[in-house]
Amino acid sequence: MTATIISETPRPPKVRTKESTSIFDRSIVGSALVDALRKLDPRTMYRNPVMFIVEIGSILTTLMFIRDFGDSSNQENVFAGLVSLWLWFTVLFANFAEAMAEGRGKAQAATLRKTRAETSANVRLSDGTVSEKASSALQVGDLCVVTAGEVIPGDGDIVEGIATVDESAITGESAPVIRESGGDRSAVTGGTRVLSDEIVVRITAKPGETFLDRMIALVEGADRQKTPNEIALTILLAGLTMIFLLAVVTLQPFAIYSGAEQSVIVLIALLVCLIPTTIGGLLSSIGIAGMDRLVQRNVLAMSGRAVEAAGDVTTLLLDKTGTITYGSRQAAEFIPVHDIEQRRLAEAAMVSSLADETPEGRSIVQLAIEQFSPAPVDDQGATLVPFTAQTRMSGMDLPNGRLVRKGAADSVRRFIEVSNEGDYASVPLELLPIVEQVSRDGATPLVVIDKAGADEPWRVLGVVRLKDTVKPGMRERFDQMRSMGIRTIMITGDNPLTAAAIAEEAGVDGFLAEATPEDKMALIKREQASGNLVAMTGDGTNDAPALAQADVGVAMNTGTQAAKEAGNMVDLDSNPTKLIEIVEVGKQLLMTRGSLTTFSIANDVAKYFAIIPAMFATALPELDRLNVMNLSSPRSAILSAVIFNALIIVALVPLALRGVKFRAEAAALVLRRNLLIYGLGGLIAPFIGIKLIDIIVTALGAN
Amino acid sequence: MSWQAIVQALALVGMLAATVPFLGRYMADVYGARADGSAPGDRFFAPVERTVYRICGIDARREQRWNVYATSLLAFSLVSVLLLYAIFRLQGVLPFNPTDRPGVSAMGSFNSAISFVTNTNWQWYSGEISISHLTNMFGNSVQNFVSAAAGMVIVIALIRGITRTGTRDLGNFWVDLVRTLLRILLPLSLVFAVVLMSQGVVQNLSGYTAAVTIDQTPVDPSEDSTAITEQLIPGGPVASQEAIKELGTNGGGFYNANSAHPFTNPNGFTNILQIWAMLLIPFSFVVAFGRLVRDRNQGRVLIAVMATILVLFSGFAMLAEQQGNPGLTTRGADQSLSVSQSGGNMEGKETRFGPAASGLFAAATTGTSTGAVNSMHDSYTPLGGLTPMLHMMLGEVSPGGVGVGLGGMLVMALLAVFIAGLMVGRTPEFLGKKIQAPEMKLVVLYVFAMPFALLTFAAASVLIDSAATFQPGAHGLSEVLYNFASTANNNGSAFAYQNTGTQWYTTTQGISMLMARFFTIIPVLAIGGSLAAKPKVPATSGTMPTNTPLFGFLVVGVIAIVAGLTFFPALSLGPILEHLSL
Repeated sequence: MTATIISETPRPPKVRTKESTSIFDRSIVGSALVDALRKLDPRTMYRNPVMFIVEIGSILTTLMFIRDFGDSSNQENVFAGLVSLWLWFTVLFANFAEAMAEGRGKAQAATLRKTRAETSANVRLSDGTVSEKASSALQVGDLCVVTAGEVIPGDGDIVEGIATVDESAITGESAPVIRESGGDRSAVTGGTRVLSDEIVVRITAKPGETFLDRMIALVEGADRQKTPNEIALTILLAGLTMIFLLAVVTLQPFAIYSGAEQSVIVLIALLVCLIPTTIGGLLSSIGIAGMDRLVQRNVLAMSGRAVEAAGDVTTLLLDKTGTITYGSRQAAEFIPVHDIEQRRLAEAAMVSSLADETPEGRSIVQLAIEQFSPAPVDDQGATLVPFTAQTRMSGMDLPNGRLVRKGAADSVRRFIEVSNEGDYASVPLELLPIVEQVSRDGATPLVVIDKAGADEPWRVLGVVRLKDTVKPGMRERFDQMRSMGIRTIMITGDNPLTAAAIAEEAGVDGFLAEATPEDKMALIKREQASGNLVAMTGDGTNDAPALAQADVGVAMNTGTQAAKEAGNMVDLDSNPTKLIEIVEVGKQLLMTRGSLTTFSIANDVAKYFAIIPAMFATALPELDRLNVMNLSSPRSAILSAVIFNALIIVALVPLALRGVKFRAEAAALVLRRNLLIYGLGGLIAPFIGIKLIDIIVTALGAN
Repeated sequence: MSWQAIVQALALVGMLAATVPFLGRYMADVYGARADGSAPGDRFFAPVERTVYRICGIDARREQRWNVYATSLLAFSLVSVLLLYAIFRLQGVLPFNPTDRPGVSAMGSFNSAISFVTNTNWQWYSGEISISHLTNMFGNSVQNFVSAAAGMVIVIALIRGITRTGTRDLGNFWVDLVRTLLRILLPLSLVFAVVLMSQGVVQNLSGYTAAVTIDQTPVDPSEDSTAITEQLIPGGPVASQEAIKELGTNGGGFYNANSAHPFTNPNGFTNILQIWAMLLIPFSFVVAFGRLVRDRNQGRVLIAVMATILVLFSGFAMLAEQQGNPGLTTRGADQSLSVSQSGGNMEGKETRFGPAASGLFAAATTGTSTGAVNSMHDSYTPLGGLTPMLHMMLGEVSPGGVGVGLGGMLVMALLAVFIAGLMVGRTPEFLGKKIQAPEMKLVVLYVFAMPFALLTFAAASVLIDSAATFQPGAHGLSEVLYNFASTANNNGSAFAYQNTGTQWYTTTQGISMLMARFFTIIPVLAIGGSLAAKPKVPATSGTMPTNTPLFGFLVVGVIAIVAGLTFFPALSLGPILEHLSL
């Protein structure tokens, strides 16, 4: 896993700047208005049972308005016309909300499509010759040679070479990334551009089924399917619609019996006001917007189902390195052996690291300067001793004959024992306990040794404690997760001692030490067997089975094709910390649906108090006492309820697209707050809204 | 309200508080709450059960899937309907018919057979002049027991669905039925019948007893009517039928006047006792539920929801009836409570109960699915009459019929969980089980069944009933609405002015009772089957708690909003209009 792209803050505020348009971007609104009309086609409307009923109602009222135009009084014509008009608006507003949500994705897809322009590929044949071929004619297994400046013709793995690649077309990140054959950074994506060097790519995806193609389809919502929760909610909404249909249809016989027969227009108006049009109209836009919020965070979800599952996750598997810790170890302490001054150890450690450009080396120098500000060392004429796989040590040979080395405890010991010709006494007895203690604390010990001159023996000076730093804010983050009922389990290749220490420091709920891919898989299965939903990130090919098994598997974009195929999300930033945000987006999506459903149903109470007295005002004046809002006339009351019902959809579009405010809290608190805002608010808001609209309608003299 | 009424209400609360926890615990053990499956009284009951199983050929260890369970119940109900139909038709030639009642008409028998098998106990006829003792004992009373037991076992199956994981089996219908009858309903009824007899409730097999009347003046001296010198007093096995009538929330009276009749409900003590008996098992069932799902707070919350609704409706009915009719007050009638009179609206009420105790009875009989009455609901004030009507329209969940009431409450809880669960950002869960599309389909079916069985037939009736068997105006609409609310909730109480013995009503109300019973029971069983197969999601702080007051509040809100939105238009033209016209 690469540590280079990991952001320093736990919640990177990075949003793809080029797409980060405001919710009501002008070009999107424009095309959404057109789409809203196009979506009136009953063949698409019937998918949304609630709005389909409204459309049928609109057609019926319009036909009746036309039929009665000549026969009715002017007042009745205006009323029928206005009711029909606002019923159409109700449908259009709902369509508009959906088109708005889709608009952002479409704009993004258009940008992506440009990069998918037809390219030609240089295919290397089995005899070694290279022939040109259209990228659309590529087959899986073809070997393509791509040189600097060329666009990679299709998805694949690098089999030869190393190159810098500009992946901005997909990730929005302008800094080039390095891709090389072998290992976990071999995957390249079609449509990205090679900036330097030459690579050979083995094509792994058929043209038309590449990552870019899938990405376009996803952001565009071309094959959007209803998610399980959406289906369940649609069933409930359809059920409520049926009940209200029943209530309204049976009302007419009761009205006839009571000598107050109703016009069909009024009954349709009542029906439309009662059925849950607010949530019915916004349901699909909430889902699309949820996917879009992930795209804004540079995460591609392969299905809406995955986004929803993210909200349900109860166990997060997080890799230690790069996710919980920086992955780069930092010097934390100099621990000298008994007869050595700490200052001398620090000075020697600094000298040994002067030429060491790794983060560890730099941090040793920095710590030594901070703690002891030793005199600058004249490294003129000094010889750098680089780290090699054989010695597993590095250091410096100074011109005055002094040699300084640092390295892993066991290799240093072996080195001294050999160099000092079996003089075991030169390795102090207390070294081993120090080394063990440091390991137990979750840190890495580096032993520093020096040799004052050619005739002097090697001496052990002490140990530098290198600590893998837990990222700031992780503990708070995990506390929040816990309050939301999510357990975090740290996965690490460290030994159990080290793992326990870091787990303790980071505040995770559990850890899996010395983890092999099989262990990881077993852990996921165990968690799932006890009813948990598991989310994890991964990038390597050996992560693929676990990614596929997890309920939410987020593959890093830098990872292998196998990993990307196996997961149900891809993080284009390759930032494993983002798993936490993905969970939040999933939760927010469900919360928005639930809140608007509650709001929509609660709204009905006020609508009854507007419409029922209005319907029977002439025939049964006693019922006017139910006109608690004191609406000015029966017609204005019904019209105001219909207008409110339509306008509330538009008013809630921003909320549907942005999602309700998310806070990491226990479910009980979230419920209380949302119930208060959307339940009680939904009860009260329409009383005020309908009254205001009635005042305006009356003032305009529309009745 | 009189202090007596308040004392009676408080006494009722005390009696329930003293008995419900114990019966609930006992019932939980009967339904397998103990780890070893034992239950109190095994030494006596177990051999009896084994004998019954042997005779009936029941394999007690064989479990059933939800659909087999449902089929068993349907088959049992069908046989029951046919048997009861035959008894009604043939009672004229059968024994225990001291008053020589002839067989009942085909449509009437159809209606009554369905009525008793569905635990409705809607009676289009007058018991003492239409039904033989045999019909009462071997027909109606038997169904009082088994229909109550059937309502209870389906909820046990649902509870098993909640507690079990990774299975399709919900238990064995026949075993559950036998255990419910043998260990719960029969012993309780036996004791209760004896207590009722001690208070003067009749229990014999006699026909009419002729009594010479003391006052022998003509009924109407102005007309040339003959004086009544002799009165025929009908006897019968009343106490035994009364006991299960209340305990099994059946409600079918031996006499037409039901619990207003002094042979049935002789005094204020029996009145409270009968209300207690109606509420006993429904509330205890929730206690048992809490124990069976190993979350007693969950049970407590649902009890609180039921009790809150019941108290609200009881209080409202008691106040409305004590208030009386404002129209009478303006015309100079004294309706105030004083030493010499109970005050309030006394039309259609027994002087030994008074308006408040009648209102309390009315709320209890409609909150459960009993349908017994101790006063004529048709004579209530508009708001007083609205109370029992709306109470039924809530779906009878406060606390509802034995078993089925808890079933309805759990369905409403699922609905609340679904809406609220989304609000906290998780796929909704109830007691560890995810509530998804298959459950929502069934919940919607359940919620739709009752309004459909109520509104369509009521609407058709006001259009089609050319004979207008109901009164004119808003009150007539109330009568039609009430009577279909009663059958569509398997309640059985009536707004009794309306003559529902016509072909139209016996047929439509029979169908409405069938729909109400089986379109709710089958979804409940299917939900159980669907939940049993699911794994249990461990509860975390991210799980929406369903055992808190907040959730209880939410369930009350969902029940009120669903019923309110469905029935407000119809009610506004019935009792609400009538009230506003006073």
